Amino acid sequence: MSDPAPKKGPGLAVWLPLGLFAGFLALVIVGLYWPADREVSSAFIGKPLPTFDLPPASDDRPGLATAQFKEGGKPRLLNVFASWCFPCKVEAPQLAALAQQGVEIDGVAIRDRKEDVAGFLKQYGNPFKRIGKDDLSQVQLAIGSSGVPETFVIDGKGIIRYQHIGDIRQEDIPLILRKLAEAQ
Amino acid sequence: MNTMIKPKHQRLVLIILALVALIGAGLLAAYALSKQAAYFYLPSELVAKPPEAGRAVRLGGMVEKGSIKTQTDGVTINFIVKDDKARVPVRFSGITPDLFVEGSGVVAEGRMEGTTFVADNLLAKHDEKYVPREMKNMTSAEAKAVIAETK
Amino acid sequence: MIAELGLAVLWMAAALAVLQLVAGALSLRPATAHLAGVVRPVAILQGVLVACAFAALIWLFLSTDLSVKLVAENSHSAKPFIFKLAGTWGNHEGSMLMWVTIMSLAGGFVALIEKRLPENTLIATLAGQAFVSLGFYAFLLLASNPFERLPEPAPEGAGLNPLLQDIGLAFHPPTLYVGYVGLSIAFSFAVGALVTRDVGPAFARAMRPWVLGAWIFLTLGITAGSYWAYYTLGWGGWWFWDPVENASLMPWLAATALLHSCSVLAARNALRTWTVMLGVVAFSMSMVGTFLVRSGILTSVHAFAVDPTRGSFILALLAIYIGGALLLFGLRASTVTEGARFAVLSRESSLVFNNVMLCGILGIVLVGTLYPLLTEAMGVKVSVGPPYFNPVSAVFAIPMMLVMAVGPVLRWREDKGGRITWQVAVPALVSAVALLAVELLFAPNLLPALGLALAPGLAVASVQPLVGRNLRRTPLPIYGMVIGHLGIAVALFGMASEGAFSTERLAAMNPGDTQQVGPFKVTLQDIGPVAGPNWTALEATVSASYAGGTATILHPQARTFANPPGNRTESALLTRWNGQLYAVLGEEGDDGRWQMRFWWKPFVPMIWYGGALVALGGLLALLGRVARDVKRLVAIDKIAYRRERQGR
Repeated sequence: MSDPAPKKGPGLAVWLPLGLFAGFLALVIVGLYWPADREVSSAFIGKPLPTFDLPPASDDRPGLATAQFKEGGKPRLLNVFASWCFPCKVEAPQLAALAQQGVEIDGVAIRDRKEDVAGFLKQYGNPFKRIGKDDLSQVQLAIGSSGVPETFVIDGKGIIRYQHIGDIRQEDIPLILRKLAEAQ
Repeated sequence: MNTMIKPKHQRLVLIILALVALIGAGLLAAYALSKQAAYFYLPSELVAKPPEAGRAVRLGGMVEKGSIKTQTDGVTINFIVKDDKARVPVRFSGITPDLFVEGSGVVAEGRMEGTTFVADNLLAKHDEKYVPREMKNMTSAEAKAVIAETK
Repeated sequence: MIAELGLAVLWMAAALAVLQLVAGALSLRPATAHLAGVVRPVAILQGVLVACAFAALIWLFLSTDLSVKLVAENSHSAKPFIFKLAGTWGNHEGSMLMWVTIMSLAGGFVALIEKRLPENTLIATLAGQAFVSLGFYAFLLLASNPFERLPEPAPEGAGLNPLLQDIGLAFHPPTLYVGYVGLSIAFSFAVGALVTRDVGPAFARAMRPWVLGAWIFLTLGITAGSYWAYYTLGWGGWWFWDPVENASLMPWLAATALLHSCSVLAARNALRTWTVMLGVVAFSMSMVGTFLVRSGILTSVHAFAVDPTRGSFILALLAIYIGGALLLFGLRASTVTEGARFAVLSRESSLVFNNVMLCGILGIVLVGTLYPLLTEAMGVKVSVGPPYFNPVSAVFAIPMMLVMAVGPVLRWREDKGGRITWQVAVPALVSAVALLAVELLFAPNLLPALGLALAPGLAVASVQPLVGRNLRRTPLPIYGMVIGHLGIAVALFGMASEGAFSTERLAAMNPGDTQQVGPFKVTLQDIGPVAGPNWTALEATVSASYAGGTATILHPQARTFANPPGNRTESALLTRWNGQLYAVLGEEGDDGRWQMRFWWKPFVPMIWYGGALVALGGLLALLGRVARDVKRLVAIDKIAYRRERQGR
């Protein structure tokens, strides 16, 4: 004996999963396109470069010393990199572009071997005027960098003016140039 | 006797049940999150507005140079985490991550006990997405080995 | 050459997917109905082609072809063979290709053997599968090409992250992916059923083995992953509620709910709308999980090399597929007629309760995983960990397990409380006694105490369905259910025991020093260098003796890898019937003492034995059903043959 069940649909409840998903999408879109500041910026901005004198990391570039930054003159970029660092390869074209525009870039190669650095520069280009060899990451840590790649704007008096964390993308170039201009 | 066949609106009852569970879960989650989510503090924030005693939080900052002191048991260390405005003493028992060195950044998970932050876990600040994992683990011993190989 | 071949084959497979979709969609219209015949063979061929592409990538890794960018970035000629192989999927592009491969193979497999469904529903299912595959093909071919070549071959590869150089990598991701992606079949079935408005027991019976299969692999994959993290991270923990772990747990929760809901639909033609929705939700959780892991939106120790543009791509796919399926669900669900009725006390009700609880846990895990994202959007940084996840999931898990104890002995449709008095009383008594014993003897924390009390009662309850049965004539699926539920009880016992009884000893030791760790006396004998195929290590020789018995030697190591540079601890484990001794070597202090960390974890292997039992239960159920189907087909064939002969 079957009782005639009225075909009562689930009503509005069927739209609940879609509604919840829409909420999830909204949250995630905000999260993706509005990246919160996840990086603790260097406490060293506005402070002078610590004293260091690094041996050359490459046979055809001199090593890097603090004194060279105080020789007066234009602000320069200090790029912390390594041959085994993948994003460093990605940012190489941007560094080359900046160098072409007349920006002077010095490099600090951390935890690297000369032949690997040489190979890296050969393959991805060498935008550096000077490259220091920082085997124990001492200088890197002393200037407040905690990863690779990072790029610092150093003004003519050897003061750290800006820290760019991560690889430099195309869209970052105007920002870097602006920071260099501000450091004049 | 008490297990009668449900009335005609079985579907309605089921939907209501699901909704009640959903809302209940939501409220429970919200309450639990407000109590248990671990907030992130910089040293200056921790000193200015300390969290409730015993509440699990995270503290991030720079390890002050010269502050790492190993205790006599060989496995507990005391050190200072600072930012440009404040210093917080931290105590940690355990095996430290490899890139935990003075002058570098660290995130400690733990809680305040009095004026000391007792850390259950230390994260060297190298979990940023752009840093390849290779970086995280090279110890000074390795770097020395690398140099030795170069010579 | 192989790389180009692999890429070409991949494009061909993608083209076939387009064909599968178009032919399938068109075949639903009377004018082009004849196209239906194309769909099955195309699906099978698509699976074969993608498998070839994947094989090509494996070949490139095994032969360390350094002209291929992916190999150069992730492999190294000195890597041991097993890691060259497993390294194929130890990176984003390779694992994405694996995802697509499994999806296509699963679709091909369905096309090959599924004969129970009405043909048009099956065609709609295969079209749905093709539709979803296409998005991932596009992602792969346009944004994550695994076969990309370098302008010049690299002199040497960058190597595989040391943390991944472990046998776990060979096993855990593929198993997990078969599970994750196998759920896409359930998704396609659900979509197919919604499109052809054919939601009924036949649909459930057809979908069930696929859900079971995927679920078994997912269970194994999660269990393996947990064990791998346990012994490789050196922290002694077995579950961290890490976003990536949660990303694998959420589909599992949905799949478990789906599995049970399918049973109800297959047996009693009830919970139709709900089952279809779960079919959509389960794979949606797989996709959400893969998005969370690959987009960089959440930081985690597991995360792949992240790239926000990849995240955007996957997000777009999510919006199309999940949004589309849920939209279809909204539009068509109201036409799904109401299923059969059942009483408050019935098997169906207990399964509804189980489903609701599982979805509750799913919801709170999702909320907990996403919460940091929400607060970060508001400028506050937060992390959510075990203090949230453990108690809140327990709120749902405990009632669920209580009902799990009783549900299997309830009758379908309507049951009377008086009938099951014994089946309720006996486990309840066992648990009560256990609780008393635990409290009096040990007085542990609340959650472990509850777990220790609940587990024995659950174990007893899980075998109750066998009582009074002829054990040799009991169908395999019943055994499957019993063992599956027993596995939950065993795992629960392991988890609770680990939480309640673990002891840790952290000490700085000189060679010759001794420490007491639970019932073990451990002595550090020596520290010396050792070398492996692509690593060097400092190895400690530790002798451990259990309660004064003969000593066993353990060798925890601190390994150093060169390509890429990195460290990893290799913990040493000593497993007894009643627990594990876990030893980790730390650093040398300035005074020459070595940091050593030991744990004694009673009954901790039960966690993973339990997980394996759960998977075994699923396997028995699957075999039972498949065997029954095969027998039926054979019988039908025999009858048809006989009839034909008589008809002559």
